[in-house]
This record gives sequence, C-alpha cells and structure tokens, in this order.
Amino acid sequence: MPWTKVYTEKTDLKDTLAGEGLRALSYRDALKEAQTQLLRSDESVFLLGEGVDDTGGIFGSTLGLWKEFGKDRVMDLPIAENGMTGVAIGAAMAGMKPIFVHMRMDFLPMCMDQLINHAAKWNYMTGGKVNVPLVVRSIIGRGWGSAAQHSQALHGLFMHIPGLKIAMPSTPYDAKGLLMEAVNDGNPVMFIEHRWVYDYIGYVPEEPYTVPFGKGIIRRPGKDVTVVALSVMVYEAIKAAKTLEAEGIDIEVIDPRTLNPFDDALVIESVKKTGRLVIADVACKTGGVGAEIACRVAESAHEYLKAPVRRVNFPDTPTPCSPVLEEAYYPDAGSIVKAVKELIR
Amino acid sequence: MKTNILDLEGVAKQASPEVLLSLMRTMVLVRRFEEKIIEVYPMQDMKTPVHLYIGEEAIASGVCAHLKKDDYIFTTHRSHGHCLAKGTGPEMLYAEFYGRSTGCSKGKGGSMHPADPENGILGTTAIVGGGIPLAVGTALASKMKKDGKISVTFFGDGASEEGTFHESLNFASMKQLPVVFICENNSYATTSPISQRQPHDNIAIRAEGYGIPGIAVDGNDVLEVYKAAGEAVQRARDGQGPTLIECKTYRWKGHVGPDCDHEKGCRPIEDLNKWMERCPVEMFKNFLIKNRFISETEYANMLGEIDRELDRSIKAARQCALPDKEELLKDVFHEKK
Repeated sequence: MPWTKVYTEKTDLKDTLAGEGLRALSYRDALKEAQTQLLRSDESVFLLGEGVDDTGGIFGSTLGLWKEFGKDRVMDLPIAENGMTGVAIGAAMAGMKPIFVHMRMDFLPMCMDQLINHAAKWNYMTGGKVNVPLVVRSIIGRGWGSAAQHSQALHGLFMHIPGLKIAMPSTPYDAKGLLMEAVNDGNPVMFIEHRWVYDYIGYVPEEPYTVPFGKGIIRRPGKDVTVVALSVMVYEAIKAAKTLEAEGIDIEVIDPRTLNPFDDALVIESVKKTGRLVIADVACKTGGVGAEIACRVAESAHEYLKAPVRRVNFPDTPTPCSPVLEEAYYPDAGSIVKAVKELIR
Repeated sequence: MKTNILDLEGVAKQASPEVLLSLMRTMVLVRRFEEKIIEVYPMQDMKTPVHLYIGEEAIASGVCAHLKKDDYIFTTHRSHGHCLAKGTGPEMLYAEFYGRSTGCSKGKGGSMHPADPENGILGTTAIVGGGIPLAVGTALASKMKKDGKISVTFFGDGASEEGTFHESLNFASMKQLPVVFICENNSYATTSPISQRQPHDNIAIRAEGYGIPGIAVDGNDVLEVYKAAGEAVQRARDGQGPTLIECKTYRWKGHVGPDCDHEKGCRPIEDLNKWMERCPVEMFKNFLIKNRFISETEYANMLGEIDRELDRSIKAARQCALPDKEELLKDVFHEKK
C-alpha cells in the first residue's frame, strides 16, 4: 500500500510515486494542505499561533495561508502562551475549532495550566456537557545546536494526563489524515510533529481523508523482534531493518501513530509472535512512553517474552549544544541495531 | 455607615421598579441559598468544599441582571452566586453538591465546577485566574461568529496577580472583544491580605495600561454595580470592546467552609463587624423600603417564598439518585455522535 510506505530518503521516491501515477507531497505540504482544506470547508476552523502568518510560516506548514483566509482566521498572537491557550479553549467551548500552533514543543510548558487543568478536564468536569475541540500543533526540534530549550519532546508528560489525545504522525500521509481527524475529534488533541520529517516525501491523496486514532500500523513486517518506533524514529527503524536483514535478523516495525488512544492490541499481537520488544522514542528515558509500552506488554504478554525489553532513548539529560555532544545525545538506526542484537544473542 | 450613593432620581433613570425588585430577589436568593448550605453542612453528607459568597451578593446580582440567557459567564471556585444570578436552578446546584447524578455536572464537578450551558455557563474552573482567558475565548468566538453574545468573567483580587489576567486584558483590548472583566476585590486570597500581595490596592487602574476603561465601584452597593455593569455590557454589545470593573467588597466567611476567619485568628473580627454593617442585602432592602418600592410585608413574603423554594430544592436534591459506579470512566473524552 503506497500510503503505509515509509521512504527513508527525504526525496528519492518522488519519481517512483509519479511512476505509479501517485502524487508525492512533503510532510510540510501535507500539513498545509490539510489545514487549507479544513479552513475552506469549515468556517469554525481557525489557526492561531505566534508567527502563523509570518514569512517563515511555521517551517512552511502555514506559509501564505493568511492570503486566502485572512488574518482573522490565520491569527498571529501575543507572546502569552498560557493565556492564549485559554482563549483557544474558550473559543472551542463556544463552537469553534481552533488549531493552536507552536513552533517548538518547548513552549508548551508555558501552557500547562490551561492544557492540563482546563482542556484535559473540561469534558469530565462538566459531566460531558461541554467539550473542547482544540488541536495543539507543536514541533520537536533537533540539531544545529538548538540545545535544551528548543528541542524537547514532551509527549510522555501529556500521555500521563487523562483527557488529552496525542497524535505523532511520522509520514506525510498520516500528517494530513491525522490532522483532519484531530480537528473533528471533539477533544483536545496534542498533535506532535518532528522538525526532521518535514522534508520527507510520501504519497498523499489530494482529496480530504482521515486516519483514525488508536490504529497503529506495521511499517515493516518481521518475525524476530518487535520495534515500536515513534515519530522520526520510524525512519531510523526502517534503516535499521535493512542493516539487520543483511545479518539475517528480521524486525517488525510498528508505528503507533497515536499515543492516546494507543493501539495495545497491535503491539501485543506482534510481541506474541516475536517474543522480543524494542521501543525507540524521541525523548528522554525515565518515566517516558517506552516505560508505559513495556509495562503494558509485561501486563498482557509477559509469558511470550523471550528476552528483556530494550529502550532506545535520549539519555536523561537536557539537550546539549556542541555538535560533538549532540552527536552523542541522539540515538539513530545504529542504536536500534545494537539494541536488537542484544536481544537476539 | 455609607448609604447608596445614587440618589432616587438617578435610580429611577436607570432601573424600573421591576428591575429593583428583581435585584432584591436575586440577592436574597443567593444569600439564603448559601445559608441553607451552612445549615446542612454539619450533617457531613454534602461532600464538596463550599466557597461561600455571603457578603458579596450585590456583584453577581447587579452584573447578571444585564445579561441574556445565552450570554456567557465564567465564574470561579466561589461560584454559587453567579450561577443563581445567571439563572441556574437551585435544585441542580444542590444536587451537584450532594454528588448526585442529577447535578448540573452529573456529580463529577461539585461546588467548584458547575456547568449549565443552557444558561451560558460552559463550565467552571477553580484555578485562580483560569477562567479569565476562557471568557476572552468565548468572546472571540462570538465576534468571529457574529452571534451577538457577550462574555463576562468574574474573578477575585488574587487572580489579578496571575499572568492570565494581564494576557487576557491585553488580547481582549487589542481585538476589541465583547467581554466584561469583573474583579471581586474582597481583599483576601485565602488568608493572605492584599497588602502583602500587591503594592497598590487599586486593580481598576491596570485597565488604563491596556487601553480599556477601568472603574472601581462599591461592590456592596447593588445599584452602583448595576450602573457600572450596564455601561460595560452596553459597550461590549456595541462592539466597543472590554471593560474592567473592580468591585470592592468583603467575604464574611472563610476561604472555604461555613466558618468565619476570625474564629481561626486569620482576620480581625472588627473588620467583619464593620463590613457586616454594610451588608449588601440589608442596605438594599432598607433603601427599597425607605423609598416605598417594597413594604416590610412584601419583603417578608418574598423571603418566605424563596425559602420555601430552596427548602424544597435542597430536600429534593438530597433524595436524587447517586451516580452508578460505571459513571467513573465515562466522559473522559467527548464521544463523536
């Protein structure tokens, strides 16, 4: 299926897709197309965020949208993340569908009160009377010395909070489909992108479509080890699979696509088959998503495990600046290969 | 003792006798609603922390008198008065406080989180300052949808110290949103006096920095509140943007629960006595009787009628069914229809 495929080189398969008569789009343009179609088809949708209408256009993902929809629907904001999150929540309660965009995920800690105390709890606290159809887009940065406050991934924090949905699309197809699903989900959705996948190309249908929440996907079937990979680590896992294949090790790569809801069944079925589990995340290790996934597997399929679980993560330190330290900080395909081999020995 | 600053002529200009009686009725309803809570609270089966509004009734009554049913309000942990003044029925509030499934939030919110969308209450936050941007958000939605509704946010003096207060005033002013900010300055955040929290006890003047009108009024004088709120509401309806009104008042009870702070040594009893002499309900009642808008008998009849309704409500609420345990896991997420 072209829409399940992960192309590990940023651009090389554009021609392949064209050969099959399929349209290739970058992750960035897939996001932009989703927002364009949502803004066109639904008057209650609007974008807000610092710089959504500027010349950078959130790394290109909102570039020029204000020209078609005006600055009331593609709204620049004061630097007031928590208050403006409250404004977006209030608008959502009153029937709007705001998409609040943050260039860096590191700015979300500024919004924690409104996200955690308000958005996440509102439907429950009101006995289901008032819901909050809010999408919060945020981007995980990486590299070029972005350092400790411009390259955090905080999905693990949000996964701990009941009432927040979390989507982490890795492919252009999912970026569009999950965003279109998120805006009409009716709940607060943390929509988490990774700066390093913005240039990746993949098949994206032109017409609007949705990708359902809670349905993970097997990016590569295999029989020896299950590798659950998040966001950009899906690409590293596919690269690792190629290396391992040459050595006769066959890994199954699972992309959960959403963390809440999480597709437990897909992961557990896979582990029942392989008996081994590696979780490759884009964040620090302790208290993270990997621990949660490992525990769910231990609770449901412990007897199938033939080896300990391995996590591929960042070390438990803030992100450093120096290229040497950055290089040491970030795991890659090699880290996944190493983790897998530890389980096969 | 200060009496109402508005002369009779001024009153006649702004409020009909019907409005005056309606204000009186709301204030008595709010006062008696909470006095019933104090009566039943020692039974220990109303298991929700109650933040009582007694002494501040003029504010909710004077502001909400100008609002339409579908205008939005956001209240706080001290929510009862605002909900009643906006039209929420006492029984669904009492039922909520008793944790009943018929409560306004199905027993999942309690006293701090009433929701009554039919009366423009889209839910309530108990985080100080949390509701201010929500009201700005509903006002933004109203402006975008051109639905003609306005939004009002009630908050305390403590909330004026939160970033959300400043962020909200800034944004609401810039976008000229139909929202009214009502600061109920009762001088205390829990037990911390404002003199230990702010350099000036003058919240209204902050409005100037954001380019919107700011006015301080006697929050115990319902007519003064009514007049200021009327102008602010009109300004919002006319598309002229937000207003900040600081209502100076005093909370008779402790931050939470039916006791008074002087009993715990938190505040001097002299302050309470001074403010009780300026009881908003009594002051307005005396004004109405003195100027023959209502007789002693008519007032007694109104009080009796309200009491009977509240007695019926609280009794009925207590007899409502408790939620099924399966409710625990429901409503975490909105289900798509």
